[in-house]
Amino acid sequence: MRDWLRSILLPAEGTSYAGSVDSLFFFLFYMGVFFFLLIAGLLTYFLIRYRRRGPDDRTPYIVKNHKLEVVWTLIPLSLVIFIFFWGFHTYMDAAVSPGDAMEIRVTARKWVWEFEYPNGIRSLNELHVPLNKPVKLLMTSEDVIHSFYVPTFRIKQDVLPNTYTQLWFTAKEPGMHRLFCAEYCGTSHSDMLGRIFVDDEKTYNEWLETGGDEGKDMPLAEFGAMLFKSRGCNTCHTIDGTRGEGPSFRGVFGSQVKLQDGSTVLADENYIRESILRPQAKIVAGYQPIMPTFEGMLREREINALVEFIKAQR
Amino acid sequence: MADVMALKPGVGGQAAPNYLTASRGLKSWLFTLDHKRIGVMYLASVLAAFLIGGVFAMLIRMELLTPGPTLMSAEAYNKAFTLHGVVMIFLFIIPSIPAALGNFALPLMLGAKDVAFPRLNLASYWLYLAGALMGVVAMVSGGIDTGWTFYTPYSSSTGGAVSLMTLAAFVLGFSSIFTGINFIATIHKLRAPGMTWFRMPLFAWSMYATAIIQILATPVIGITLLLLVMERVFNVGIFDPKLGGDPVLFQHFFWFYSHPAVYIMILPGMAVISEVIPCFSKKPIFGYKAVAYSSVAIALVSFLVWGHHMYVSGQTPVASAIFSFLTFLVAIPSAVKVFNWLATMYRGSISFQAPMLYAIAFLLLFAIGGLTGIVLGTLSVDVHLHDTYFVVAHFHYVMMGGTVIAFLAGLHYWWPKMFGRMYSEKWARISAALVFVGFNLTFFAQFLVGSRGMPRRYYNYLEEFQPLHIVSTVGSWVLAAGFFLMAGYLYASLRKPIDAPANPWGATGLEWQTSSPPSVHNFDHVPVVTTEAYAYATETEETTVGAR
Repeated sequence: MRDWLRSILLPAEGTSYAGSVDSLFFFLFYMGVFFFLLIAGLLTYFLIRYRRRGPDDRTPYIVKNHKLEVVWTLIPLSLVIFIFFWGFHTYMDAAVSPGDAMEIRVTARKWVWEFEYPNGIRSLNELHVPLNKPVKLLMTSEDVIHSFYVPTFRIKQDVLPNTYTQLWFTAKEPGMHRLFCAEYCGTSHSDMLGRIFVDDEKTYNEWLETGGDEGKDMPLAEFGAMLFKSRGCNTCHTIDGTRGEGPSFRGVFGSQVKLQDGSTVLADENYIRESILRPQAKIVAGYQPIMPTFEGMLREREINALVEFIKAQR
Repeated sequence: MADVMALKPGVGGQAAPNYLTASRGLKSWLFTLDHKRIGVMYLASVLAAFLIGGVFAMLIRMELLTPGPTLMSAEAYNKAFTLHGVVMIFLFIIPSIPAALGNFALPLMLGAKDVAFPRLNLASYWLYLAGALMGVVAMVSGGIDTGWTFYTPYSSSTGGAVSLMTLAAFVLGFSSIFTGINFIATIHKLRAPGMTWFRMPLFAWSMYATAIIQILATPVIGITLLLLVMERVFNVGIFDPKLGGDPVLFQHFFWFYSHPAVYIMILPGMAVISEVIPCFSKKPIFGYKAVAYSSVAIALVSFLVWGHHMYVSGQTPVASAIFSFLTFLVAIPSAVKVFNWLATMYRGSISFQAPMLYAIAFLLLFAIGGLTGIVLGTLSVDVHLHDTYFVVAHFHYVMMGGTVIAFLAGLHYWWPKMFGRMYSEKWARISAALVFVGFNLTFFAQFLVGSRGMPRRYYNYLEEFQPLHIVSTVGSWVLAAGFFLMAGYLYASLRKPIDAPANPWGATGLEWQTSSPPSVHNFDHVPVVTTEAYAYATETEETTVGAR
């Protein structure tokens, strides 16, 4: 019954903390259903039983019943106080991280998530964590407020500029979990998505060493198409020619690009590479210099793949 | 309003002039000091705002029919949901019951000739018009994409007409404050002889509680929005960390007003329901004092719960815990009211005219809104649900299922008094059914989208959420059909000659003792009150069997 209801009401449980939140959620759900049925039931009964039968209906003078009023005040009051303490208890579990948690730095900016691991490696929109190990995220934003939300973990925390906020979790379900930005942050807010990969210790350590073998067997352009989405390029650039926060990729390769300073430049492989790694070097006319640098965040093959992908957008 | 002015006096033009026909011309309306005319002008204005806000709502639902682009760009979508929120909250819901229905009905219900400060009342309406005009200019000159919450530093850095729109909200705030001042003074000073505090209709108690919040909380949003404008225009660092400010401070300031403001919106709804249920059950309200005091209790505690919007904002866990506890306390007076309304129906003689249908819908929808409010007040569960569609569904159940449905109950209840015309009961029932079904289709689906983890303010969404979004969008069409039908039969009623009796519902309030529509001066003789409100019972305390 609970599993069936959960499949309708809630996402899967990716942490044991999610299980304790769900217990409370289901208590609230059943209590809500009970009180709704009580109110709707009484209402329906009264509407039928006491419907007007004629203009001569007699109605009684009943304006108070102190016993009843005390009862229907005290029962809800004790219930909500009970719920408060339960909610507070589970909330504190999430608020205090264990001392041995592994720390990962999270930087949010319009509209990507950047992760930096203890060994200095960085990744974009993809967080890799070991299974059954407590992980603590130390988060900050480079621009506006974002919010780190993982529904399957039942955790959420606003990410603020100029302040650190934190979150922790111990993932118990291997596989992919979705990360959403839950605080409205502008045009591509709903595309500021990430994926959390929960791996066993060995796979996780391998990934840390090699950066994973994602796209190993893919042709460059196909790998680039994947990165275009997973690294968040699509939050500002389109491939269908429509204008985004940044220029569309369609037809850009091989064209003469007009720059802000009035000069033009041929969009060849080196121009595209430079625009990814040092975007402030040449600003396209009519656009704001808002693109962050991707220097140090992409591996060589990933850069090659993106260049190849952009070349293919004729 | 042109139609209202064209209203003809009764059959053969022989009826004595009423407040609608006593004088003619645009000037006689725009410079009127008559609370009834100001109420009617407010009514026309808030209905226009409801139409604009509703068009934005329909656009939002159309866009969300499919993931990815459906009919507009992400920028346009972000502007649409912002304008939907701003228009519905500042131009429609806040003035809907107090300034439109309340302005018309409250002085009549108290047996007064007008509100205490008629000129202030007119000034309030002009400020409303000025604010609305600024809002419209802001809409067409670039619009805004901040969300109705104007969170910094997004709002201090994004483009568009943010400064103008916040100034519009600032001006509208004063319009709301003026109404509040007027109602408090009117209730204190202008009650008819014999109408003691505990003989007042509960509508007046709720309006009084609403006015307290309007006067005490609205200045805070005014100051906050001015600070935001100063930051945007003069680069004074208050909220933007780039200028040395604190973005979370804005959230504290904003919710210090905007949470009490939720009660500015719902208390008047409760006020209407407390009138309608006794009237159509032919029974005195159960627990008069409990209902009256619970309004005041809600008003006072509502100032101390703002932090429940900020459990994940970075405020300390201690603060979150205190706010959660106080939030649960505010649930109790609301629950007590629901039980009182139900008990009022017990052993009544219940009829099902349009106002009562809306009151019944209110009870069901407000129950769902209230119970899901308990879910959201719970700390750990809210962390999961915060900023998801669950919250969107919850506040629409409270604000639309609660306040707007109560506004419709009140509109149908006082319509004959306001315009002297009965509307088609048959079409009113069909429309009420469409609104009820459409509402639940639209918003119940959103509870599920939200608890499954879809954040709000999303232009694009995962495909797994699409079936529920389709249900929601189709629901919005049913809802719109209900409203268009309503506009049709209400308009049709205005085209007829005056046909409403003074007291079509057999109600006991003083407003029903004067003609429909009332004369300019409301009453020919000052009414004298000798009984408590809601003297509907045919039996007395002594003859009632089983009263205790």
